[in-house]
Amino acid sequence: METRARVLLLVPILALSLSGCGTIRGWFGGKHEPPPLGSETEQTVPQSADEPVIDPQVTRRKIKVPAIKNEDFEIGAYVGILSIEDFGTGAVYGGRFAYHITEDFFLDVTLGQGKGGTTSYENLAGGPKLLTDAERKYTYYALNAGWDALPGEIFVGKGHAYNSALYLTVGMGGTKFAGDNRFTANAGVGYRVLFNRFIAAHFDFRDYLFDIDLLGQKKVAHNLEGSLGLTVFF
Amino acid sequence: MRDGWVVGVGVCLLQAIAANPAHADGFLSHLNPKNWFEKSSLRQVVVADPYLEMHTGPGVGYPVFNVAGRDEKIEILKRRTDWFYVRTERQIEGWVPRDQILATLELNGEPIDIHEPTRQDFTTRRWEGGAFAGRFGGASLISIFGGFGLSEHLTSEVTISNAIGNVSDNVLLTVGLNHTFAPEWWVSPYVGLGTGIIKTSPRSTLVRALDRTDQMGYVAAGARGYIARRFLWRFEYRENVVFTSRNENEEIREWKLGLAFFF
Repeated sequence: METRARVLLLVPILALSLSGCGTIRGWFGGKHEPPPLGSETEQTVPQSADEPVIDPQVTRRKIKVPAIKNEDFEIGAYVGILSIEDFGTGAVYGGRFAYHITEDFFLDVTLGQGKGGTTSYENLAGGPKLLTDAERKYTYYALNAGWDALPGEIFVGKGHAYNSALYLTVGMGGTKFAGDNRFTANAGVGYRVLFNRFIAAHFDFRDYLFDIDLLGQKKVAHNLEGSLGLTVFF
Repeated sequence: MRDGWVVGVGVCLLQAIAANPAHADGFLSHLNPKNWFEKSSLRQVVVADPYLEMHTGPGVGYPVFNVAGRDEKIEILKRRTDWFYVRTERQIEGWVPRDQILATLELNGEPIDIHEPTRQDFTTRRWEGGAFAGRFGGASLISIFGGFGLSEHLTSEVTISNAIGNVSDNVLLTVGLNHTFAPEWWVSPYVGLGTGIIKTSPRSTLVRALDRTDQMGYVAAGARGYIARRFLWRFEYRENVVFTSRNENEEIREWKLGLAFFF
């Protein structure tokens, strides 16, 4: 009886001693793998070697780079001569505003004013005046598209070169003449010479076409304009 | 029928205004005069390619007359279309194409950041302007317009038009609101509603009638689409009602096609 109790007590001790202390950890729910070699020493070192000991709370300065200014617009004025069909030739002056879309194409708005003279009929036959003075005033506007067909440079003497471009334009607009506003189409050719980066001279030749029935039958009037202008890019 | 149109478009616009309260805080920021005259110096960049070619003019045909070497610092003075006018450290000035400027670095070593207008900017545009050509009743129409984006969907617009016909010459000034349903679409439809005045000058050779100015209103439907850079096309159809002094109002149909750009 006594030996049986002793065996009962010894068997667990024997089992324990044979399996080593490895099982004890299992008793308290720990089923961890043995920690890798050297891990115990790492735990004593602060969090991570990468992190600085002092973390400076500095707000980053936002650097604003200067913006690049565009120079796609062109504004200016021109003077020239305008030949109004049947009404002689006179001076014309106007303003121009252009927007350069690409290096080759631009849009252009012109506003101009001239004055018609007297017709041959009025001069020769001494007939009644066809128009009042106010009706001889010729004002127009035009929206145009232009193409720098032949860009290039011109050379003045040995040491000066200026950028230039021969351009073609087409457009439409309205012309107020002889008491009416008339739908006007135009086509032209121009030459631009830049004195420096942003000041340009223009030589323009344009033909303005509109329907007119003032002298009996309806016809297309060609009104030719030659002008010299000065513009500034901005 | 027409009243239904007007009410429908009106409700649509009101909904658009009500649906965009979040957009309201930022949209006046560029109207602040403080932002207009901001003094800024010149943009400086560093050449990263083996060399940077400088042309005598802003075009592919102009000859290369100077090169700036790698690591040389250059200043960008101006930009015209896709060309940049630069100055080197040796004070030589010339034109450089956009693709070569894009290969340069900012002073902090980062690649250069040049803001180019994209389709995303198109949807969030503020200013829009352009020109139309079309028909107004039986007359030829030319019009220019300027618009201001109140929100992504809503634009206020001012249009000045000239319709030149066989019977009369009309000058129209209208203000209106447009609602774009989906600005991000390639072809983006919109509706509009507006009012204005129309000045009619009858042809002097036909009738000796006096000029008259009447009030008018319109409903519009149209579409716009992004082309490239800052350009877009637009097509618009308008039903105009001129409130004449006669018993009957005059109804005029208008359609027009145009080119516009945004900023």
